[in-house]
Amino acid sequence: MKKAFRSIKYVYLALMVFFLYVPIIYLIVYSFNDFTIGKRVAYANLGKWKGFTLQNYANLFTGEAGRSLLLTLEIAAISSVVATVIGTGAAIGIYAMKKRTRNLILNVSELPMVNPDLVTGISFMMLFAFVNSLLVKLGMAQIGDIPKLLIAHISFSIPYVIFSVMPRLRQSSNLLYEAAMDLGCSPWQALMKAVIPDIMPGITSGFIMALTMSLDDFVVSYFVSDLRSVLSVYIYSSARGAKGVNPALATVIFIPLVTLLLVVNLMRIAKEREYEIQSKKVKLKGGK
Amino acid sequence: MKRKVFAYPYIVWMILFIVIPMFFIIYYAVNVNGQFTLTKFISTLKDVGKWKVLWASVVMAFKTTVICLLLAYPIAYILSNMKKSVAGFISVLFFVPMWMNFVLRTYAWQAILEYLLPGLKKFLGLEGSVLMVLVYDFLPFMIMPLYNTLSKLDKSLLEASRDLGASSAMTFLRVVLPLSVPGIVSGVTMVFIPAITAFTVPALIGNGMYHLYGNEIELAFKTLSGQGDYAVGSTLSIILLISVLVSTLIMNHFDKDQKQGGQLW
Repeated sequence: MKKAFRSIKYVYLALMVFFLYVPIIYLIVYSFNDFTIGKRVAYANLGKWKGFTLQNYANLFTGEAGRSLLLTLEIAAISSVVATVIGTGAAIGIYAMKKRTRNLILNVSELPMVNPDLVTGISFMMLFAFVNSLLVKLGMAQIGDIPKLLIAHISFSIPYVIFSVMPRLRQSSNLLYEAAMDLGCSPWQALMKAVIPDIMPGITSGFIMALTMSLDDFVVSYFVSDLRSVLSVYIYSSARGAKGVNPALATVIFIPLVTLLLVVNLMRIAKEREYEIQSKKVKLKGGK
Repeated sequence: MKRKVFAYPYIVWMILFIVIPMFFIIYYAVNVNGQFTLTKFISTLKDVGKWKVLWASVVMAFKTTVICLLLAYPIAYILSNMKKSVAGFISVLFFVPMWMNFVLRTYAWQAILEYLLPGLKKFLGLEGSVLMVLVYDFLPFMIMPLYNTLSKLDKSLLEASRDLGASSAMTFLRVVLPLSVPGIVSGVTMVFIPAITAFTVPALIGNGMYHLYGNEIELAFKTLSGQGDYAVGSTLSIILLISVLVSTLIMNHFDKDQKQGGQLW
Protein backbone atom coordinates (compact mmCIF):
# COMPACT_ATOMS: atom_id res chain seq x y z
CA MET A 1 0.00 0.00 0.00
CA LYS A 2 2.69 2.46 1.03
CA LYS A 3 4.88 1.38 -1.85
CA ALA A 4 2.02 1.87 -4.31
CA PHE A 5 1.43 5.34 -2.92
CA ARG A 6 5.10 6.20 -3.34
CA SER A 7 5.14 5.14 -6.97
CA ILE A 8 1.95 7.13 -7.61
CA LYS A 9 3.79 10.18 -6.31
CA TYR A 10 6.66 9.69 -8.74
CA VAL A 11 4.31 9.00 -11.64
CA TYR A 12 2.47 12.25 -10.88
CA LEU A 13 5.69 14.27 -10.74
CA ALA A 14 6.90 12.68 -13.98
CA LEU A 15 3.59 13.44 -15.71
CA MET A 16 3.73 17.07 -14.65
CA VAL A 17 7.35 17.47 -15.78
CA PHE A 18 6.31 15.89 -19.08
CA PHE A 19 3.39 18.33 -19.41
CA LEU A 20 5.74 21.28 -18.85
CA TYR A 21 8.32 20.07 -21.36
CA VAL A 22 6.11 18.77 -24.18
CA PRO A 23 6.05 22.05 -26.16
CA ILE A 24 9.79 22.60 -25.72
CA ILE A 25 10.62 19.07 -26.87
CA TYR A 26 8.22 19.40 -29.78
CA LEU A 27 9.96 22.54 -31.04
CA ILE A 28 13.44 21.08 -30.55
CA VAL A 29 12.49 17.95 -32.52
CA TYR A 30 11.03 20.04 -35.33
CA SER A 31 14.06 22.34 -35.37
CA PHE A 32 15.76 19.54 -37.33
CA ASN A 33 12.93 19.32 -39.84
CA ASP A 34 13.29 20.40 -43.44
CA PHE A 35 10.86 23.28 -44.04
CA THR A 36 11.72 24.18 -47.61
CA ILE A 37 8.88 24.23 -50.09
CA GLY A 38 10.46 24.80 -53.47
CA LYS A 39 12.77 27.76 -52.87
CA ARG A 40 10.85 29.21 -49.94
CA VAL A 41 11.04 28.33 -46.27
CA ALA A 42 7.71 28.14 -44.42
CA TYR A 43 8.04 27.35 -40.74
CA ALA A 44 4.30 27.46 -40.19
CA ASN A 45 3.90 23.83 -41.19
CA LEU A 46 5.04 22.31 -37.90
CA GLY A 47 3.19 19.05 -38.50
CA LYS A 48 4.85 17.39 -41.47
CA TRP A 49 8.18 15.66 -41.06
CA LYS A 50 10.08 16.06 -44.30
CA GLY A 51 13.55 14.93 -43.36
CA PHE A 52 16.52 15.83 -41.20
CA THR A 53 18.45 19.05 -41.77
CA LEU A 54 20.57 21.57 -39.86
CA GLN A 55 19.58 24.36 -42.22
CA ASN A 56 17.23 26.01 -39.67
CA TYR A 57 20.18 26.70 -37.37
CA ALA A 58 22.08 28.35 -40.20
CA ASN A 59 18.99 30.40 -41.11
CA LEU A 60 18.63 31.52 -37.53
CA PHE A 61 21.71 33.71 -37.67
CA THR A 62 21.02 35.26 -41.03
CA GLY A 63 17.29 35.90 -40.66
CA GLU A 64 15.09 38.22 -38.67
CA ALA A 65 14.94 35.80 -35.73
CA GLY A 66 18.67 36.14 -35.14
CA ARG A 67 18.53 39.92 -35.41
CA SER A 68 15.73 40.20 -32.88
CA LEU A 69 17.50 37.74 -30.55
CA LEU A 70 20.58 39.96 -30.71
CA LEU A 71 18.51 43.08 -30.05
CA THR A 72 16.88 41.35 -27.06
CA LEU A 73 20.28 40.62 -25.56
CA GLU A 74 21.51 44.18 -26.19
CA ILE A 75 18.42 45.78 -24.67
CA ALA A 76 18.59 43.42 -21.67
CA ALA A 77 22.29 44.12 -21.07
CA ILE A 78 22.05 47.91 -21.34
CA SER A 79 18.75 48.31 -19.50
CA SER A 80 19.73 46.06 -16.59
CA VAL A 81 23.06 47.86 -16.06
CA VAL A 82 21.43 51.31 -16.18
CA ALA A 83 18.55 50.15 -13.95
CA THR A 84 21.02 48.72 -11.43
CA VAL A 85 23.01 51.96 -11.25
CA ILE A 86 19.94 54.22 -10.93
CA GLY A 87 18.12 51.79 -8.63
CA THR A 88 21.07 51.30 -6.26
CA GLY A 89 21.57 55.06 -5.97
CA ALA A 90 17.85 55.44 -5.40
CA ALA A 91 17.78 52.82 -2.63
CA ILE A 92 20.74 54.42 -0.82
CA GLY A 93 19.22 57.89 -1.14
CA ILE A 94 15.68 56.89 -0.23
CA TYR A 95 16.96 55.02 2.81
CA ALA A 96 18.51 58.23 4.15
CA MET A 97 15.29 60.20 3.71
CA LYS A 98 12.64 61.09 6.25
CA LYS A 99 9.99 58.45 6.78
CA ARG A 100 7.17 60.29 4.99
CA THR A 101 9.07 61.10 1.80
CA ARG A 102 10.52 57.59 1.84
CA ASN A 103 7.10 55.94 2.04
CA LEU A 104 5.71 58.19 -0.69
CA ILE A 105 8.52 57.33 -3.12
CA LEU A 106 8.40 53.62 -2.28
CA ASN A 107 4.64 53.52 -2.84
CA VAL A 108 4.98 55.15 -6.26
CA SER A 109 7.83 52.74 -7.05
CA GLU A 110 5.56 49.80 -6.34
CA LEU A 111 3.18 50.96 -9.05
CA PRO A 112 4.95 49.28 -12.00
CA MET A 113 5.14 46.02 -10.00
CA VAL A 114 1.43 46.02 -9.11
CA ASN A 115 0.22 47.36 -12.46
CA PRO A 116 -0.62 44.75 -15.07
CA ASP A 117 2.03 44.67 -17.83
CA LEU A 118 -0.68 45.60 -20.26
CA VAL A 119 -1.39 48.91 -18.53
CA THR A 120 2.32 49.70 -18.14
CA GLY A 121 2.87 49.01 -21.84
CA ILE A 122 -0.06 51.19 -22.86
CA SER A 123 1.00 54.04 -20.58
CA PHE A 124 4.39 54.10 -22.34
CA MET A 125 2.72 53.83 -25.73
CA MET A 126 0.57 56.87 -24.92
CA LEU A 127 3.55 58.86 -23.57
CA PHE A 128 5.62 58.23 -26.69
CA ALA A 129 2.63 58.88 -28.96
CA PHE A 130 2.19 62.26 -27.32
CA VAL A 131 5.89 63.17 -27.38
CA ASN A 132 6.28 62.02 -30.99
CA SER A 133 3.24 64.02 -32.12
CA LEU A 134 4.81 67.08 -30.48
CA LEU A 135 8.13 66.38 -32.18
CA VAL A 136 6.42 66.08 -35.55
CA LYS A 137 4.74 69.44 -35.04
CA LEU A 138 8.11 70.96 -34.23
CA GLY A 139 9.56 69.34 -37.34
CA MET A 140 11.99 67.17 -35.39
CA ALA A 141 12.85 63.48 -35.69
CA GLN A 142 10.64 61.09 -33.72
CA ILE A 143 11.91 58.84 -30.95
CA GLY A 144 12.92 55.51 -32.49
CA ASP A 145 12.08 51.98 -31.36
CA ILE A 146 15.38 51.26 -29.64
CA PRO A 147 15.42 54.30 -27.31
CA LYS A 148 11.74 53.66 -26.56
CA LEU A 149 12.43 50.03 -25.67
CA LEU A 150 15.41 51.05 -23.52
CA ILE A 151 13.43 53.67 -21.58
CA ALA A 152 10.55 51.25 -20.96
CA HIS A 153 12.79 48.36 -19.90
CA ILE A 154 14.88 50.54 -17.57
CA SER A 155 11.69 51.93 -16.00
CA PHE A 156 10.03 48.62 -15.19
CA SER A 157 13.32 47.13 -13.93
CA ILE A 158 14.38 49.88 -11.49
CA PRO A 159 11.75 49.06 -8.80
CA TYR A 160 12.97 45.45 -8.66
CA VAL A 161 16.52 46.70 -8.05
CA ILE A 162 15.35 49.10 -5.33
CA PHE A 163 13.39 46.40 -3.53
CA SER A 164 16.34 43.97 -3.70
CA VAL A 165 18.83 46.51 -2.35
CA MET A 166 16.57 47.91 0.43
CA PRO A 167 16.64 44.83 2.71
CA ARG A 168 20.45 44.76 2.49
CA LEU A 169 20.61 48.41 3.54
CA ARG A 170 18.49 47.59 6.56
CA GLN A 171 21.03 44.94 7.60
CA SER A 172 23.96 47.23 6.96
CA SER A 173 24.95 49.97 9.40
CA ASN A 174 23.45 53.38 8.87
CA LEU A 175 26.62 55.01 10.14
CA LEU A 176 28.92 53.45 7.54
CA TYR A 177 28.66 56.40 5.16
CA GLU A 178 29.28 59.04 7.84
CA ALA A 179 32.09 57.01 9.36
CA ALA A 180 33.85 56.76 5.99
CA MET A 181 33.50 60.53 5.52
CA ASP A 182 34.85 61.22 9.01
CA LEU A 183 37.89 59.13 8.13
CA GLY A 184 38.58 61.43 5.19
CA CYS A 185 36.67 59.88 2.28
CA SER A 186 34.93 62.08 -0.27
CA PRO A 187 31.18 61.31 -0.61
CA TRP A 188 31.93 59.40 -3.80
CA GLN A 189 34.70 57.36 -2.13
CA ALA A 190 32.47 56.67 0.88
CA LEU A 191 29.82 55.34 -1.44
CA MET A 192 32.13 53.22 -3.58
CA LYS A 193 34.45 51.92 -0.85
CA ALA A 194 32.19 51.56 2.18
CA VAL A 195 28.48 51.44 1.36
CA ILE A 196 28.41 49.55 -1.95
CA PRO A 197 30.69 46.64 -0.96
CA ASP A 198 28.48 46.09 2.06
CA ILE A 199 25.26 45.80 0.02
CA MET A 200 26.78 44.00 -2.97
CA PRO A 201 24.67 40.80 -2.66
CA GLY A 202 21.50 42.91 -2.87
CA ILE A 203 22.82 44.75 -5.91
CA THR A 204 23.71 41.48 -7.62
CA SER A 205 20.29 39.95 -7.06
CA GLY A 206 18.66 43.20 -8.22
CA PHE A 207 20.75 43.10 -11.39
CA ILE A 208 19.79 39.49 -12.10
CA MET A 209 16.14 40.37 -11.48
CA ALA A 210 16.37 43.33 -13.91
CA LEU A 211 18.07 41.12 -16.49
CA THR A 212 15.37 38.43 -16.33
CA MET A 213 12.54 40.98 -16.36
CA SER A 214 13.96 42.49 -19.52
CA LEU A 215 14.65 39.13 -21.23
CA ASP A 216 11.18 37.84 -20.32
CA ASP A 217 9.21 40.87 -21.35
CA PHE A 218 6.74 40.64 -24.16
CA VAL A 219 3.75 42.85 -23.37
CA VAL A 220 5.48 46.16 -22.71
CA SER A 221 7.84 45.81 -25.68
CA TYR A 222 4.92 44.86 -27.91
CA PHE A 223 3.03 48.06 -27.17
CA VAL A 224 6.07 50.33 -27.11
CA SER A 225 7.75 49.42 -30.39
CA ASP A 226 6.53 49.85 -33.95
CA LEU A 227 8.97 48.37 -36.45
CA ARG A 228 11.99 46.85 -34.73
CA SER A 229 11.48 44.89 -31.56
CA VAL A 230 12.67 42.16 -29.26
CA LEU A 231 12.47 38.41 -29.80
CA SER A 232 9.13 37.73 -28.12
CA VAL A 233 7.41 40.39 -30.24
CA TYR A 234 8.98 38.90 -33.35
CA ILE A 235 7.72 35.44 -32.33
CA TYR A 236 4.22 36.75 -31.65
CA SER A 237 3.82 38.56 -34.93
CA SER A 238 5.31 35.73 -37.01
CA ALA A 239 3.19 33.17 -35.17
CA ARG A 240 0.09 35.07 -36.19
CA GLY A 241 1.31 35.55 -39.75
CA ALA A 242 1.72 32.87 -42.38
CA LYS A 243 5.49 32.47 -42.20
CA GLY A 244 5.70 30.91 -38.75
CA VAL A 245 8.61 30.87 -36.28
CA ASN A 246 11.94 29.13 -36.76
CA PRO A 247 11.80 26.33 -34.12
CA ALA A 248 15.60 26.35 -33.81
CA LEU A 249 15.07 29.31 -31.47
CA ALA A 250 13.80 26.88 -28.82
CA THR A 251 17.11 24.97 -28.79
CA VAL A 252 19.17 28.15 -28.80
CA ILE A 253 17.34 29.44 -25.70
CA PHE A 254 16.79 26.12 -23.92
CA ILE A 255 20.29 24.60 -23.94
CA PRO A 256 22.17 27.59 -22.41
CA LEU A 257 19.37 28.10 -19.89
CA VAL A 258 19.37 24.50 -18.65
CA THR A 259 23.17 24.42 -18.54
CA LEU A 260 23.29 27.62 -16.52
CA LEU A 261 20.63 26.53 -14.03
CA LEU A 262 22.11 23.06 -13.58
CA VAL A 263 25.60 24.46 -13.00
CA VAL A 264 24.31 26.98 -10.46
CA ASN A 265 22.29 24.30 -8.72
CA LEU A 266 25.10 21.74 -8.66
CA MET A 267 27.46 24.37 -7.28
CA ARG A 268 24.98 25.09 -4.49
CA ILE A 269 24.59 21.40 -3.67
CA ALA A 270 28.37 20.93 -3.68
CA LYS A 271 28.77 23.86 -1.32
CA GLU A 272 26.12 22.48 1.04
CA ARG A 273 27.89 19.11 1.01
CA GLU A 274 31.21 20.74 1.79
CA TYR A 275 29.62 22.61 4.64
CA GLU A 276 28.05 19.41 6.02
CA ILE A 277 31.35 17.54 5.87
CA GLN A 278 33.16 20.47 7.44
CA SER A 279 30.72 20.72 10.31
CA LYS A 280 30.93 16.95 10.90
CA LYS A 281 34.71 17.20 11.07
CA VAL A 282 34.44 20.00 13.59
CA LYS A 283 32.06 17.91 15.67
CA LEU A 284 34.43 14.90 15.57
CA LYS A 285 37.36 17.03 16.67
CA GLY A 286 35.27 18.44 19.44
CA GLY A 287 34.47 14.87 20.51
CA LYS A 288 38.13 14.08 21.13
CA MET B 1 26.92 65.92 0.54
CA LYS B 2 23.87 64.18 1.92
CA ARG B 3 23.11 60.64 0.82
CA LYS B 4 19.67 61.76 -0.34
CA VAL B 5 21.31 63.19 -3.45
CA PHE B 6 21.94 59.69 -4.83
CA ALA B 7 18.19 59.21 -5.21
CA TYR B 8 17.62 62.37 -7.25
CA PRO B 9 18.26 60.83 -10.69
CA TYR B 10 15.70 58.17 -9.88
CA ILE B 11 13.12 60.66 -8.63
CA VAL B 12 13.34 62.55 -11.93
CA TRP B 13 13.10 59.26 -13.83
CA MET B 14 10.16 58.12 -11.71
CA ILE B 15 8.16 61.29 -12.38
CA LEU B 16 8.93 61.24 -16.11
CA PHE B 17 8.42 57.55 -16.78
CA ILE B 18 6.18 56.14 -14.05
CA VAL B 19 3.86 58.95 -12.94
CA ILE B 20 3.40 61.00 -16.13
CA PRO B 21 2.69 58.02 -18.47
CA MET B 22 -0.21 56.99 -16.23
CA PHE B 23 -1.79 60.41 -16.76
CA PHE B 24 -1.49 60.03 -20.51
CA ILE B 25 -3.86 57.05 -20.40
CA ILE B 26 -6.48 59.33 -18.86
CA TYR B 27 -5.56 62.12 -21.29
CA TYR B 28 -6.10 59.93 -24.35
CA ALA B 29 -9.34 58.49 -22.93
CA VAL B 30 -10.97 61.92 -23.02
CA ASN B 31 -9.15 63.46 -26.00
CA VAL B 32 -9.79 62.79 -29.66
CA ASN B 33 -7.52 64.59 -32.14
CA GLY B 34 -6.38 66.97 -29.42
CA GLN B 35 -9.95 67.98 -28.51
CA PHE B 36 -11.47 67.27 -25.13
CA THR B 37 -14.53 65.05 -25.45
CA LEU B 38 -16.29 62.55 -23.21
CA THR B 39 -18.37 60.86 -25.94
CA LYS B 40 -15.97 57.97 -26.65
CA PHE B 41 -15.29 57.49 -22.96
CA ILE B 42 -18.99 57.23 -22.12
CA SER B 43 -19.93 55.10 -25.13
CA THR B 44 -17.16 52.63 -24.21
CA LEU B 45 -18.38 52.52 -20.61
CA LYS B 46 -21.89 51.79 -21.86
CA ASP B 47 -20.75 49.00 -24.20
CA VAL B 48 -22.29 45.89 -22.58
CA GLY B 49 -20.29 43.58 -24.86
CA LYS B 50 -17.00 44.81 -23.37
CA TRP B 51 -18.24 44.22 -19.81
CA LYS B 52 -19.27 40.68 -20.76
CA VAL B 53 -15.78 40.01 -22.09
CA LEU B 54 -14.31 41.41 -18.87
CA TRP B 55 -16.50 39.04 -16.85
CA ALA B 56 -15.52 36.10 -19.10
CA SER B 57 -11.85 36.97 -18.52
CA VAL B 58 -12.31 37.08 -14.76
CA VAL B 59 -14.07 33.68 -14.86
CA MET B 60 -11.29 32.29 -17.07
CA ALA B 61 -8.63 33.64 -14.71
CA PHE B 62 -10.50 32.12 -11.75
CA LYS B 63 -10.66 28.68 -13.41
CA THR B 64 -6.96 28.92 -14.33
CA THR B 65 -6.08 29.76 -10.72
CA VAL B 66 -8.14 26.93 -9.22
CA ILE B 67 -6.77 24.29 -11.60
CA CYS B 68 -3.19 25.54 -11.10
CA LEU B 69 -3.66 25.34 -7.33
CA LEU B 70 -5.08 21.79 -7.50
CA LEU B 71 -2.24 20.61 -9.75
CA ALA B 72 0.55 22.51 -7.98
CA TYR B 73 -0.23 21.70 -4.36
CA PRO B 74 0.55 17.97 -4.64
CA ILE B 75 3.74 18.76 -6.56
CA ALA B 76 4.94 21.22 -3.93
CA TYR B 77 3.90 18.87 -1.11
CA ILE B 78 5.73 15.86 -2.58
CA LEU B 79 8.84 17.96 -3.26
CA SER B 80 8.85 19.40 0.25
CA ASN B 81 8.87 15.89 1.74
CA MET B 82 11.84 14.73 -0.32
CA LYS B 83 15.50 14.81 0.64
CA LYS B 84 16.75 18.41 0.30
CA SER B 85 19.32 17.79 -2.41
CA VAL B 86 16.97 15.68 -4.54
CA ALA B 87 14.12 18.17 -4.13
CA GLY B 88 16.38 21.07 -5.07
CA PHE B 89 17.34 19.28 -8.25
CA ILE B 90 13.78 18.30 -9.25
CA SER B 91 12.37 21.72 -8.40
CA VAL B 92 14.78 23.27 -10.92
CA LEU B 93 13.09 21.08 -13.55
CA PHE B 94 9.77 22.69 -12.67
CA PHE B 95 11.15 26.23 -12.79
CA VAL B 96 13.15 26.06 -16.04
CA PRO B 97 10.08 26.55 -18.30
CA MET B 98 9.32 29.76 -16.41
CA TRP B 99 12.53 31.28 -17.79
CA MET B 100 11.89 30.12 -21.31
CA ASN B 101 10.22 32.64 -23.61
CA PHE B 102 6.50 32.10 -22.98
CA VAL B 103 5.37 33.34 -26.38
CA LEU B 104 7.53 30.64 -27.93
CA ARG B 105 6.00 27.98 -25.67
CA THR B 106 2.50 29.18 -26.49
CA TYR B 107 3.40 29.02 -30.17
CA ALA B 108 4.48 25.42 -29.64
CA TRP B 109 1.09 24.58 -28.09
CA GLN B 110 -0.61 26.18 -31.06
CA ALA B 111 1.30 23.79 -33.32
CA ILE B 112 0.76 20.76 -31.06
CA LEU B 113 -3.00 21.32 -30.88
CA GLU B 114 -3.11 21.89 -34.61
CA TYR B 115 -0.98 18.98 -35.87
CA LEU B 116 -0.02 16.52 -33.12
CA LEU B 117 -3.22 16.33 -31.05
CA PRO B 118 -6.12 17.70 -33.11
CA GLY B 119 -8.36 15.28 -31.18
CA LEU B 120 -7.50 17.01 -27.91
CA LYS B 121 -8.38 20.40 -29.37
CA LYS B 122 -11.73 19.07 -30.54
CA PHE B 123 -12.39 17.51 -27.15
CA LEU B 124 -11.49 20.68 -25.18
CA GLY B 125 -13.05 23.16 -27.58
CA LEU B 126 -11.60 26.63 -28.12
CA GLU B 127 -12.28 27.83 -24.61
CA GLY B 128 -10.94 24.62 -23.04
CA SER B 129 -7.78 24.77 -25.14
CA VAL B 130 -7.13 28.37 -24.07
CA LEU B 131 -7.71 27.34 -20.44
CA MET B 132 -5.27 24.42 -20.72
CA VAL B 133 -2.49 26.58 -22.17
CA LEU B 134 -3.12 29.28 -19.53
CA VAL B 135 -2.78 26.59 -16.84
CA TYR B 136 0.41 25.41 -18.55
CA ASP B 137 1.87 28.93 -18.59
CA PHE B 138 1.09 29.78 -14.99
CA LEU B 139 1.66 26.42 -13.26
CA PRO B 140 5.32 27.12 -12.28
CA PHE B 141 4.26 30.45 -10.74
CA MET B 142 1.93 28.52 -8.43
CA ILE B 143 4.42 25.75 -7.61
CA MET B 144 7.18 28.16 -6.57
CA PRO B 145 5.53 30.00 -3.63
CA LEU B 146 3.82 26.79 -2.43
CA TYR B 147 7.12 24.91 -2.47
CA ASN B 148 8.87 27.76 -0.65
CA THR B 149 6.26 27.78 2.12
CA LEU B 150 5.89 24.02 2.48
CA SER B 151 9.63 23.32 2.54
CA LYS B 152 10.12 25.83 5.38
CA LEU B 153 7.38 24.21 7.44
CA ASP B 154 8.59 23.02 10.83
CA LYS B 155 8.47 19.22 10.60
CA SER B 156 8.31 18.82 14.39
CA LEU B 157 4.78 20.29 14.29
CA LEU B 158 3.70 17.34 12.15
CA GLU B 159 5.30 14.89 14.55
CA ALA B 160 3.60 16.63 17.45
CA SER B 161 0.25 16.34 15.71
CA ARG B 162 0.79 12.63 15.06
CA ASP B 163 1.96 12.07 18.65
CA LEU B 164 -1.22 13.69 19.89
CA GLY B 165 -3.23 11.10 18.00
CA ALA B 166 -4.24 12.85 14.77
CA SER B 167 -4.42 10.70 11.66
CA SER B 168 -2.26 11.72 8.72
CA ALA B 169 -5.32 13.12 6.89
CA MET B 170 -6.23 15.10 10.01
CA THR B 171 -2.64 16.36 10.36
CA PHE B 172 -2.71 17.55 6.77
CA LEU B 173 -6.06 19.31 7.10
CA ARG B 174 -5.51 20.87 10.51
CA VAL B 175 -1.78 21.60 10.48
CA VAL B 176 -0.18 21.57 7.02
CA LEU B 177 -2.96 23.25 5.09
CA PRO B 178 -3.53 26.22 7.45
CA LEU B 179 0.22 26.82 7.71
CA SER B 180 0.59 26.88 3.93
CA VAL B 181 -2.03 29.61 3.41
CA PRO B 182 0.60 32.36 2.89
CA GLY B 183 2.03 30.32 0.01
CA ILE B 184 -1.45 29.79 -1.43
CA VAL B 185 -2.23 33.51 -1.24
CA SER B 186 0.96 34.57 -2.98
CA GLY B 187 0.53 31.83 -5.60
CA VAL B 188 -3.04 32.94 -6.28
CA THR B 189 -1.90 36.58 -6.70
CA MET B 190 0.87 35.52 -9.05
CA VAL B 191 -1.58 33.62 -11.25
CA PHE B 192 -4.95 35.36 -11.03
CA ILE B 193 -3.97 38.97 -11.84
CA PRO B 194 -1.75 38.21 -14.86
CA ALA B 195 -4.32 35.68 -16.09
CA ILE B 196 -7.04 38.37 -16.28
CA THR B 197 -4.90 40.41 -18.66
CA ALA B 198 -3.50 37.52 -20.73
CA PHE B 199 -3.95 38.18 -24.42
CA THR B 200 -1.19 36.19 -26.09
CA VAL B 201 -2.69 32.80 -25.33
CA PRO B 202 -6.22 33.54 -26.63
CA ALA B 203 -4.74 35.28 -29.69
CA LEU B 204 -2.47 32.37 -30.62
CA ILE B 205 -4.52 29.37 -29.46
CA GLY B 206 -7.87 30.86 -30.47
CA ASN B 207 -6.48 32.01 -33.83
CA GLY B 208 -8.37 35.27 -33.45
CA MET B 209 -11.66 33.40 -32.91
CA TYR B 210 -11.65 33.70 -29.13
CA HIS B 211 -11.36 37.01 -27.27
CA LEU B 212 -10.52 37.87 -23.72
CA TYR B 213 -10.38 41.38 -22.28
CA GLY B 214 -6.67 41.77 -23.10
CA ASN B 215 -7.47 41.11 -26.77
CA GLU B 216 -10.09 43.84 -26.74
CA ILE B 217 -7.47 46.30 -25.53
CA GLU B 218 -4.89 44.98 -27.98
CA LEU B 219 -7.32 45.31 -30.88
CA ALA B 220 -8.24 48.85 -29.86
CA PHE B 221 -4.60 49.93 -30.05
CA LYS B 222 -3.00 47.68 -32.62
CA THR B 223 -5.29 47.39 -35.59
CA LEU B 224 -3.80 45.94 -38.75
CA SER B 225 -4.62 49.11 -40.63
CA GLY B 226 -2.62 51.91 -39.08
CA GLN B 227 -3.42 53.73 -35.85
CA GLY B 228 -6.01 52.27 -33.54
CA ASP B 229 -8.67 53.98 -31.47
CA TYR B 230 -6.73 55.41 -28.52
CA ALA B 231 -9.84 56.73 -26.76
CA VAL B 232 -11.54 53.31 -26.62
CA GLY B 233 -8.33 51.50 -25.72
CA SER B 234 -7.45 53.96 -22.96
CA THR B 235 -10.93 53.74 -21.44
CA LEU B 236 -10.74 49.94 -21.48
CA SER B 237 -7.32 50.13 -19.80
CA ILE B 238 -8.68 52.38 -17.06
CA ILE B 239 -11.48 49.87 -16.36
CA LEU B 240 -8.90 47.07 -16.27
CA LEU B 241 -6.61 49.00 -13.95
CA ILE B 242 -9.46 49.67 -11.52
CA SER B 243 -10.62 46.03 -11.52
CA VAL B 244 -7.09 44.79 -10.92
CA LEU B 245 -6.52 47.28 -8.11
CA VAL B 246 -9.76 46.16 -6.45
CA SER B 247 -8.76 42.47 -6.71
CA THR B 248 -5.30 43.27 -5.32
CA LEU B 249 -6.83 45.13 -2.40
CA ILE B 250 -9.14 42.21 -1.64
CA MET B 251 -6.25 39.76 -1.77
CA ASN B 252 -4.00 41.98 0.35
CA HIS B 253 -6.78 42.03 2.89
CA PHE B 254 -6.66 38.22 3.12
CA ASP B 255 -2.89 38.39 3.27
CA LYS B 256 -3.01 40.76 6.23
CA ASP B 257 -5.46 38.51 8.09
CA GLN B 258 -2.97 35.70 7.61
CA LYS B 259 -0.02 37.72 8.87
CA GLN B 260 -1.91 38.61 12.03
CA GLY B 261 -2.85 34.96 12.48
CA GLY B 262 0.74 33.97 11.88
CA GLN B 263 1.96 36.04 14.80
CA LEU B 264 0.44 33.48 17.13
CA TRP B 265 3.31 31.14 16.36
